[in-house]
Amino acid sequence: MDIILGIRVKDSVIVATSKAFTRGISVLKDTDDKTRVLNQYNLLAFTGESGDTTQFADYIQANIQLFTMRENTELNSKAIASFVRQQLATSIRSRTPYQVQVLLGGLHNGSEPFLSLIDYLGTRVDLPYCAHGYAAFYTMSLLDHHYKPDMALDEGLKLLKLCHQELVKRMPIEFKGLYVKVIDKDGIRDIDFS
Amino acid sequence: MVGKDCVAIACDLRLGNQSLGVANNFEKIFQLGHVFLGLTGLATDVTTVYENFRMKTNLYKMREEREIEPESFANLVSSSLYERRFGPWFVGPLVAGINSKTGKPFICGFDFIGCIDYAKDFVVSGTATDQLYGMCESLYEPDLEPEDLFETISQALLNAADRDALSGWGAVVYVITKDKVIKRYLKSRQD
Repeated sequence: MDIILGIRVKDSVIVATSKAFTRGISVLKDTDDKTRVLNQYNLLAFTGESGDTTQFADYIQANIQLFTMRENTELNSKAIASFVRQQLATSIRSRTPYQVQVLLGGLHNGSEPFLSLIDYLGTRVDLPYCAHGYAAFYTMSLLDHHYKPDMALDEGLKLLKLCHQELVKRMPIEFKGLYVKVIDKDGIRDIDFS
Repeated sequence: MVGKDCVAIACDLRLGNQSLGVANNFEKIFQLGHVFLGLTGLATDVTTVYENFRMKTNLYKMREEREIEPESFANLVSSSLYERRFGPWFVGPLVAGINSKTGKPFICGFDFIGCIDYAKDFVVSGTATDQLYGMCESLYEPDLEPEDLFETISQALLNAADRDALSGWGAVVYVITKDKVIKRYLKSRQD
């Protein structure tokens, strides 16, 4: 029941993830950050089988950084999305597949906002806005209705607030609020969202 | 679909997770040289299989110093799928194109382990297969000119997709003649 949400606006990308770390019927932590910073302009958000998720995200993060050190070039968003998809598509046909859903947000080549949704099968789609899991059922209609491709960041955050309100209202269990991150030309930063 | 010295291939644009529509920009037709490959089925395999054939056709082009012809490509698809006989790719491929040497239109379909279904009129694939057969059987006629073929294939696809809950959300149609390819996006019902 983790929440992962992404909205691509005019010249930035907003990524929101729920703070609750849940196992069974207990919330074990209310400050869980389900994202990993890959490089200056790229952020990976993830959910799925606990254990698999952090293991996979760390693996991706390490490999992206290793590539950058070896080749002395930053990978752009599309390259990272292809790499992540390839890893998951290979994994699904292995004996122990990673059960991880990811959302990649970033600025492609440091300028073009980019948002990609990849599931545990390796299905990748590049979208203006997206969500994983149950959150999608509650937020997609709101996003369909209010989203405009040339929205400014503050309008995007307002839209995210609407989504948040809807999730609080409809989600059967507490998710302890959202961590909100924005990727724009200044890099990745946290947004105070309450 | 085959017409007079032309072929057409079309797909919808929906990507879904069961009943939830996820994307309306997921194209399922890919151009490899002058051959067109349509792929339905498990989306991850659609992407993987396409990337695989892109690699294979690029290597073919370098080795043979020419683009692959539709007939050869169909056999490549067949053997590549059968290679995975006991751990298959879950895709329903279609191939369409015009042989650049003979000028003959060519279409065929496959099952997911590579059995080729040659046809001289039309082939269909995907969740709306039943509906598409119905539409194609009633609308198709042989030797249509490119513009009439476009109308026929578009109406067949659109009306079949509207009777299938898992298809639709826009469509793409390619009309291929010997020296020209026309790609058109169709608007369709959004429910």
